[in-house]
Amino acid sequence: MTNQNQSPEEAILSQTIDSSLPEPDLQILPLDAWHRAQGGRMVPFADYSMPVQYADGIMAEHLWTRENAGLFDVSHMGQLMVSGESAADALETLLPSDIKGLAEGQMRYSLLLNEEGGILDDLMVTRCPQGYYVVVNGAVKNDDMAHLIEHLPDDVTLNVMDDRALLALQGPHAEEVMAAVVPSAAQLYFMHADLCLWGEVPLWVSRSGYTGEDGFEISIAADEAEAFAEALCAHEAVKPIGLGARDSLRLEAGLPLYGHDLDETTTPVEGNLTFALSKRRREEANYLGAAPVLAQYPNKAPRRRVGLAVEGKMPVREGALLFVGDQEVGKVTSGGFAPSVGAPIAMGYVAAEYAAEGTALEAEVRGKRVPVTVAPLVRVAHNYHRKPKA
Amino acid sequence: MTRYFTEDHEWIDVDGDVATVGITDFAQGQLGDVVYVELPAAGTALTKGGDAAVVESVKAASDVYAPVSGEVVESNAALEGDSALVNSDAEGEGWFFRMTLSDASELDGLMDATAYAAFVG
Repeated sequence: MTNQNQSPEEAILSQTIDSSLPEPDLQILPLDAWHRAQGGRMVPFADYSMPVQYADGIMAEHLWTRENAGLFDVSHMGQLMVSGESAADALETLLPSDIKGLAEGQMRYSLLLNEEGGILDDLMVTRCPQGYYVVVNGAVKNDDMAHLIEHLPDDVTLNVMDDRALLALQGPHAEEVMAAVVPSAAQLYFMHADLCLWGEVPLWVSRSGYTGEDGFEISIAADEAEAFAEALCAHEAVKPIGLGARDSLRLEAGLPLYGHDLDETTTPVEGNLTFALSKRRREEANYLGAAPVLAQYPNKAPRRRVGLAVEGKMPVREGALLFVGDQEVGKVTSGGFAPSVGAPIAMGYVAAEYAAEGTALEAEVRGKRVPVTVAPLVRVAHNYHRKPKA
Repeated sequence: MTRYFTEDHEWIDVDGDVATVGITDFAQGQLGDVVYVELPAAGTALTKGGDAAVVESVKAASDVYAPVSGEVVESNAALEGDSALVNSDAEGEGWFFRMTLSDASELDGLMDATAYAAFVG
């Protein structure tokens, strides 16, 4: 047997012979030995050796996270600090979002754009006491840094926090676990962050994540990460969860994966991410890529990212072409079995005239046509702990 | 009845001139939760090493190759309703298809249980 269209995180069978040692050329997570001790099956992803699953398997890990709390190691992601008096102004030349309006401890989803309005990366920006804390995707973090270094003025400093691990605790029981381990963190609302103490260990904790569930993302010194992971997993609600379930969880939550659902050829409007284009910044139109992006705003993009409901049991995966009759109208960019939906689902891009919910399309899988229907991107309702409206 | 194994992690039980084919318990463990199996229809002509079936786990679709040449006589209808049989009983109820053998000498290069156990370590 061999995997079709094998991507790094899917390299399951090819990784079977000896997972006791990391492959050469792959970077090692601070928690590498801990993952292996927990039964993690390590695969190459974003140039790191990462756990795709543990002994329970992807399906059980996915469902556990939706019902309890899952601990994810996302230390492959880039943690950057952008500081200096003009840091907010400088970031606003590269991002379409309201950065200057962020209150301390507030965070926002944004996009790094190129001159053509294409998405170089999607990221989170948080205003913190030292500056702006930016978390970017692991697979493109070096490109992001080169882009930032090229465009940020000399009086703005970019620090790469490569001595820190990043863990995510996600699920309906995440709050009670944090209340027991890091009590002050449990007070945070969704998309807010603060410096918290775990004993004497400083943590930068945000209430955010990539599963659609309530949860926290915790930045911690790499050499403290294993003890902290142990402390979280000592709680009966917590199990370590691999990349495989992370992918199926975010797919059900409608969240795009950079490099698959977003890339340099997709714009924020095509990507259905106009919420990241703040009103003030649309009016100012003074960031890299603003003109082509705003020419499409709000609904003049030729294609759009949509959710797809799949008929039957056969998964429709990344790369499958979408048709109306003989006419090719789009392409699937992520797809697979959705454990909480109990059926295959997908997301992809379709021509604007076919992007309305309920539109019947066909996906081509191994030469066969599978009926699919344009559906909401969010298939499992988000369960965020939002701040009550004042 | 003799059971053979391939380097692609299929098993094949030969009983006279009909053989039953599935994937090994080791393979299902590596794949994880199986959510769909695409099986060849009766009458399909298979060539040793050619595509015979597709097994889909949560994460990935994997090809299953024909361990020998011949013709499909039956596929396992139980997998349509319950693909998890591949996980729970890969080398029994989770069989994929039965086929005739057009050239029994193709079996000669396959492994027996002991050799396969050594192969997967």
